[in-house]
Amino acid sequence: MDLHKLSLKEQLEGLKKSEFTSVELTSHYLKRISKHDEKFNSFITVTEENALMQAKAADERYKKDKSLPLDGVPIAHKDIFCTKGVRTTCGSKMLSNFEAPYSSTVYTKLDEHGMVMLGKTNMDEFAMGSSNETSYFGPVSNPWDTEYVPGGSSGGSASCVSAELAPIATATDTGGSIRQPASLCGLTGIKPTYGRVSRYGMIAFASSLDQGGVVARSAEDAALILEGMSGHDPKDSTSLKLPSPDLTKNLKDSIQGMKIGLPKEFFEQDMPSYVEQSIQEAIETYKSLGAEIVEVSLKNINLSLPIYYIIAPAECSANLSRYDGVRYGYRCEDPKDIEDLYMRTREEGFGAEVKRRILIGTYALSAGFYDAYYLKAQKCRQLVANDFTNAFESVDVILSPTTPGTAFKAGEKSDDPTEMYLQDIFTIPANLAGLPGISIPCGEHGGLPLGMQLVGNSLQEDKLLQFAHSYQSNTDWHKKMPNI
Amino acid sequence: MALSDKELKEISYLARINVKEESFSSLKKELEQILTLFEELNEADTSSVDAMSHPLDLSQPTRKDEVTEENKRDELLKNAPSVKSGLFIVPKVIDGEA
Repeated sequence: MDLHKLSLKEQLEGLKKSEFTSVELTSHYLKRISKHDEKFNSFITVTEENALMQAKAADERYKKDKSLPLDGVPIAHKDIFCTKGVRTTCGSKMLSNFEAPYSSTVYTKLDEHGMVMLGKTNMDEFAMGSSNETSYFGPVSNPWDTEYVPGGSSGGSASCVSAELAPIATATDTGGSIRQPASLCGLTGIKPTYGRVSRYGMIAFASSLDQGGVVARSAEDAALILEGMSGHDPKDSTSLKLPSPDLTKNLKDSIQGMKIGLPKEFFEQDMPSYVEQSIQEAIETYKSLGAEIVEVSLKNINLSLPIYYIIAPAECSANLSRYDGVRYGYRCEDPKDIEDLYMRTREEGFGAEVKRRILIGTYALSAGFYDAYYLKAQKCRQLVANDFTNAFESVDVILSPTTPGTAFKAGEKSDDPTEMYLQDIFTIPANLAGLPGISIPCGEHGGLPLGMQLVGNSLQEDKLLQFAHSYQSNTDWHKKMPNI
Repeated sequence: MALSDKELKEISYLARINVKEESFSSLKKELEQILTLFEELNEADTSSVDAMSHPLDLSQPTRKDEVTEENKRDELLKNAPSVKSGLFIVPKVIDGEA
């Protein structure tokens, strides 16, 4: 039986009905990883032994009728989530030998739900990148065509789910790092409201923007797992004091009479005709399902990119100051004094993009520039957030493309940082405003998939998933998988 | 927006990242490109808006002042690049006669 062809929900049902065991399911995926991942490089660490142990324990619980909510279903974790006993590298030389003394809340919660970890997925170094080319552990390729990038920074997570080497994977999103790779790999990727998922043990990049989520093969699968990883965590001071939302209850409700906003500023931009056509077809599908289409205006949205490239580097320069070669991580050889130790450790331990962002952030926060850059950006950020607040007075969700196009070839944009930054032009605004966003497959071009993005109001992940599920119940873009 | 070599040196020192002289010109070009992007914000009127601090405008939560962390000294030191007698080892920091 091709177990990887079953949806995650079907796998869970199969386990419950003893149609197969978790050891069988887990071994099936481990075999696929060892057979295929050489082509994609989507895993940094495969935790085979550990996975089989967890699977065995799940099978025991099923036998004793004491199973957990997601018992025995495999998952891959982005290598940004700390996992006690298994190294956590964040895609960096700086942490290439780091073994966290504790586990992230996301890992712990899913572990407590019975999920089996297959391994840790590759990513752009410290989650900074949109192509997964900045990883110290080598680039990841797109399973649809290995000459193309899978997107980033959660490129390994997207690549392994798309290649069906894992039924689902955790991911993180600071400016689009869940939604952009989901779009480029033909997957469903959701970034919840800021504060929904605990950031404890999730290695920090830009703390006011970072948020954990998942990449999955459908909205239904994503809902199941996101529910399991959400909820208040006293260990994260920005975690929302709310219980884990019920994301499956309204999933199948009709969207009849609900309103979709199209931001005119997005649609005024030049985009390839195939993107416009796919989005237009998606809009028609939604109309046929009873949704009403309304034009909305997000008049400050064009400020999003510069705001992001001030705030994210500024916060990253502060967060990454902890990598000093003293307490953990890489240290340069033979430092002649303490300054030399800091300066060379950070020169040698960080890759080019990470250093670029730390330098930009340091500059933006330095004496005399703080008001002009960081403070100005935080004010403009409020303007963008206000635009969304106004728009959500008249619509339920906001629809746009997720990315300016399908995947690009490896190496194509790696020499020009600002060109690469444009990848996130549609996704960044939701991070600035802290809103939930989802990308779902809605078309293809030249054999590569393309996604559309839905952004919802605060805490309305359930509505986003309802819209996504409704679309996926009437189309089959999300069912298309690459031939690997 | 032009950066001088002196400014780049200052930033790299503040960030404690050594930058080799031979990469100055290419790095300056890349940083200048990004800084030019920032100029777009100058046009935005922000005179009547406060800086955003949290997307949902929450205040910082407090908790009881209780010890919640257990002592993990040995475990934490396992990740350190250089350790002696339970302490982190770094090159000499303070000069001068004893």
